[in-house]
Amino acid sequence: MAETIIEVKNLHKQFGDNVILKDISISVEKGEVIVLIGPSGCGKSTFLRCLNGLEPIQGGSVTLHGEPVLYGKKSLTKIRQHIGMVFQSYDLFPHMTIAQNIALAPLKVQKRDKKEVEEETLKLLDRVGLAGKADSYPNELSGGQKQRAAIVRSLIIHPDIILLDEITAALDPEMVHEVLKVVLDLAKSGTTMMIVTHEMAFAKAVADRVIFLDGGEIVEEGTPDEFFDAPKTERAKQFLKTFTYSD
Amino acid sequence: MEGLKIVFEGNNFLRLLSGLWVTIRIALISIGFSLILGSLLGAAMRMKSKAVRAVCRAYLEIVRIMPQLVWLFIVFFGIVRTLGINLSGETSAIIVFTIWGTAEMGDLIRGGFESVPVHQYESSTSLGLTKFQAYIYVIFPQAIRLLIPNIINLSTRMIKTTALVSLIGVTEVLKVGKQIIDANRFEAPNAALWVYGTIFVMYFAVCFPLSMLSTAIEKKQKKLSA
Ligand SMILES: Nc1ncnc2c1ncn2[C@@H]1O[C@H](COP(=O)(O)OP(=O)(O)OP(=O)(O)O)[C@@H](O)[C@H]1O
Ligand SMILES: [Mg+2]
Repeated sequence: MAETIIEVKNLHKQFGDNVILKDISISVEKGEVIVLIGPSGCGKSTFLRCLNGLEPIQGGSVTLHGEPVLYGKKSLTKIRQHIGMVFQSYDLFPHMTIAQNIALAPLKVQKRDKKEVEEETLKLLDRVGLAGKADSYPNELSGGQKQRAAIVRSLIIHPDIILLDEITAALDPEMVHEVLKVVLDLAKSGTTMMIVTHEMAFAKAVADRVIFLDGGEIVEEGTPDEFFDAPKTERAKQFLKTFTYSD
Repeated sequence: MEGLKIVFEGNNFLRLLSGLWVTIRIALISIGFSLILGSLLGAAMRMKSKAVRAVCRAYLEIVRIMPQLVWLFIVFFGIVRTLGINLSGETSAIIVFTIWGTAEMGDLIRGGFESVPVHQYESSTSLGLTKFQAYIYVIFPQAIRLLIPNIINLSTRMIKTTALVSLIGVTEVLKVGKQIIDANRFEAPNAALWVYGTIFVMYFAVCFPLSMLSTAIEKKQKKLSA
């Protein structure tokens, strides 16, 4: 039987009077890879931020393993150890080496053994092709390398789900591939993920389920084959048209 | 050359050095207080309450508008005369420099916190760090790194501005120099050049290493933030 990781029920989000998300319900099962797509400004980032309590919500609920995710509450620090998040911009800590960036949460939050953390850091860096970069500073890395390091930083806390928000959007084209390859590899090994991306070919390859968000609502939802090859709604068709050149 | 001789005659050089020490002492104590109070002011300036921010802003503007000399006179002559409190020149000087330094330091520190991108805070808390941990491990180290050159520059400015305290009767290095020159007005008419030259070198010896340090740190930061 499937195990539900995140359950979103009737989520409502607005900034001031500006309604961004209305009545969104999604549940994410263990091992599932969900790709969230939609036009710019439709609220994809906001949705991910609601999932780990970076934004207050005005209605509905988000739960992780049945625990409510409540903005600004103390319980968040515990919940967030089960949610990894990688943003679009490079958010490694510039004053720390790659290894220190990665080890911060396991050491200070999870109070794990230093030696064990060190070993896992090296193992994970090796896995994403960054062996030998442990002692470099973020500014000594390329954009693609930084994003791979950021992925490792979220992996090492052993989260139940990883949220990826357009992690290749700020990269030079030649670096996109190396990062997406890492994500694809994670997907194959059963990592539960919610991915926001504008890379349609990648979305098709990685997703178990595609969710198309527009106007603050889930307009269409289905397997990648259904969605990309036979979109049901006019809005999805229109949206996909804008990408046809890239295939 | 008798001017140079005067500088080293008797205990003149020692007197100059002890005058310099008064200067440094006033500056150091004021800088210390300013750092502590300035951090609080900097934090207060980032509070949500509009009233608190307005009060801080007003304090900052009032302190900055008036020349430090006016503040020295207000505190030393004004407070002593009107309230009858017995305040030494040195204490008055420390109070005034602390009031000033707190304002400048507070504004620097506020800017330092603000210059750390909000993303840094969000990615820290997303990793499960508490707000406090995020500040300790991520925000503060970056803010302080950005600020060190500015803090050093402000300190240098404060050291130099202490020269004003001779005007409220504190015998700091400049005053000692003047005393030495006056005492030798007839034997060595050109003593002024040598005495003030010596004081110049003394100030230089104190401030130059600081400004070198600040430049070095700035360079290192450029490298880190590239
Ligand atoms: N902090 C905020 N305050 C006010 N409005 C905001 C805030 N953050 C986002 N918005 C608005 O919410 C809407 C959704 O933004 P969001 O960043 O979630 O879109 P997105 O789908 O991620 O877009 P993109 O594909 O460009 O990243 C936008 O109209 C944006 O202007
Ligand atoms: Mg976005």
